[in-house]
Amino acid sequence: MTTMIESDQRGDGASSQNDVLVEVRNLQMYFPVTAGIIFQRAVAQIKAVDDVSFFVRKGETLGLVGESGCGKTTTGRCILQLYKPTGGQVLFEGQELTGMSTRQMRVMRRQMQVIFQDPYSSLNPRMTAGNIIGEPLIVHGLVNSKEEYRDRVAELLHNVGLNPYMADRFPHEFSGGQRQRIGVARALSVGPSFIVCDEPVSALDVSIQAQIVNLLEDLQEQFDLTYLFIAHDLSVVRHISNRVAVMYLGHIVEIADRNEIYANPLHPYTRALLSAVPIPDPVIDAQRERILLSGEVPSPLNPPSGCVFHPRCPIAVDRCQEVIPELREVEPDHWAACIQSPGYGSY
Amino acid sequence: MATLLEVNDLRTHFFTFEGVVKAVDGVSYEVEEGETLGLVGESGCGKSVSALSLMRLIPDPPGKIVSGELLFEGEDILKIDMDDMRRIRGAKMSMVFQEPMTSLNPVLTLERQLSETLQLHRGMSREEARLESVDLLARVGIPDAERRVKQYPHQFSGGMRQRVMIAMALSCNPRLIIADEPTTALDVTIQAQILELMKSLTNEFGVSLIVITHNLGVVARYADRMNIMYAGKIIERGTAREVYSNPRHPYTVGLLKSVPRLDLPRRAKLDPIEGQPPDLINLPVGCSFRDRCRWAVDKCATDSPPLMLVNEGHWSACWRSDELGPGALDFLVDPDELEASTNGGAAADSEPDDDN
Repeated sequence: MTTMIESDQRGDGASSQNDVLVEVRNLQMYFPVTAGIIFQRAVAQIKAVDDVSFFVRKGETLGLVGESGCGKTTTGRCILQLYKPTGGQVLFEGQELTGMSTRQMRVMRRQMQVIFQDPYSSLNPRMTAGNIIGEPLIVHGLVNSKEEYRDRVAELLHNVGLNPYMADRFPHEFSGGQRQRIGVARALSVGPSFIVCDEPVSALDVSIQAQIVNLLEDLQEQFDLTYLFIAHDLSVVRHISNRVAVMYLGHIVEIADRNEIYANPLHPYTRALLSAVPIPDPVIDAQRERILLSGEVPSPLNPPSGCVFHPRCPIAVDRCQEVIPELREVEPDHWAACIQSPGYGSY
Repeated sequence: MATLLEVNDLRTHFFTFEGVVKAVDGVSYEVEEGETLGLVGESGCGKSVSALSLMRLIPDPPGKIVSGELLFEGEDILKIDMDDMRRIRGAKMSMVFQEPMTSLNPVLTLERQLSETLQLHRGMSREEARLESVDLLARVGIPDAERRVKQYPHQFSGGMRQRVMIAMALSCNPRLIIADEPTTALDVTIQAQILELMKSLTNEFGVSLIVITHNLGVVARYADRMNIMYAGKIIERGTAREVYSNPRHPYTVGLLKSVPRLDLPRRAKLDPIEGQPPDLINLPVGCSFRDRCRWAVDKCATDSPPLMLVNEGHWSACWRSDELGPGALDFLVDPDELEASTNGGAAADSEPDDDN
């Protein structure tokens, strides 16, 4: 089950090897479920991410969508080595990150940063905005004097649309949108090339969401950034991403260009997900096809056999209970993991 | 259709150390029998407080309904005493809260929680209430209800818990259900299930529904009419079709412009509303949206615009609403704002490569 995807994705990846910034191969992240008080023993495993492979090209934004518990955040954290993956490889500019020592990884973290979802709990309430943004500069030894430190913090605040005098304020003095800007400035401080944006706008109001999305796009252009944009809001993901990957229960079920995946979704889960998003226009919304999925996402503790989506799938056949569908390139640059999608071939 | 609820000039203020927070400041609307009304706004605009005021569930102190009338079935429920109010709450008017995780009691079985209302308001015996609870759970689509009714809330998933909340709200055949962000904590596919369920149940029982949400899509799909709130006031109201196709308030236009839409070609840039919502303690004189408004004129700084009729069954609180008109949404089809390469099915969009 681990071999096929690798060959498929690498087949394409080889031709454009030099423009791939991050590559994930057969990533697995299993969390143990333990029992016992003193001698904790693992009694089961939660397969949060199970055999996931994809790549992110330099300068692009890859959107990662899925419902809560599908493993999208875990995938992001595994790439940054904030979790130690159970199996698989993560390559950054061709270097393998899995198995690096903590010290080696600390150097790598200058290249890869993260923006967290909740701007309320991800900032230390006892540190000023300036110190939150400036701490990475000191940790990585990027500034030599106090003046340089102050100037750099002021510049970062300016970059994200805040005033330099706000450096002395504490997080509680800022609104949600402004706090998220501080989170963005912190991520930018070390001059990374790759940023994992973990639901950066989900906790914000609609009118503020658009401000942050525009900010992220402007910064991408200005600093030549590559994003992995994790979110559950499909309309935002389509707006910001170049390509979109859809996850379900620890597996990637479809990856394609943003226009392609929305115009021509091949996996039944992608189709259901798209049809569930209400459109803010009553006339148009009433005309759209709606696929209402029955039931709920099964537990990753005991995932279904074969294709993990088959119990909820409107087009499932008997074979789906047995065959684990691998992600295949069914159309140029369009991967899907469904044995019934046209062009999938034999299984 | 008869009017079920009429809200006249409702004002709910919170008296805090920093000053008076005018969370709801002069709100008037009505709910017809059997209709679904959407109440839309961003956090802190007073939409939840206005719903809690309807149930008279405002914590006092610091909150207080300082003025207004709430005519429910013709009777002003602000004037009746708390005992009478308790007989209405849960029986004729019930509520579905946002957080299905925290609004159920974790130490009681569902049977206990569902029977409580049934025994209290419908005078059922314990056994009758038990049978009715099973029936209610089955009606909201919980499989194996006979067994599940004996379980505790933690044994249910988020979507299932929200179904339980709906069952509870429906249990006494109320005339009005207030759903405060019923699907915000849920995933999209589950959100669709829950909203379909609420829609079909309210149709079946002829219940009126007030849906409070910040999601413009949810309102578009389910509401007959809608009120848009900003800084404690309703700034635009009308039928959902009319408001979406012909928004007449700059804030509504701003909201519609700032969300990316799945059904249209991708716009090159989103068009956010700049700035932050105002502080409800020190509301400026005049229109509270004027600092963020592109259409603001001098008059907006001095005179607060009342809700004015702009079309049949459509009101807007803006001095310049006449100038907005249908053209306000032209950006959706404006070719200059669209990406050149986007054409819906443009399969081989090679844009990412061009960027390198």
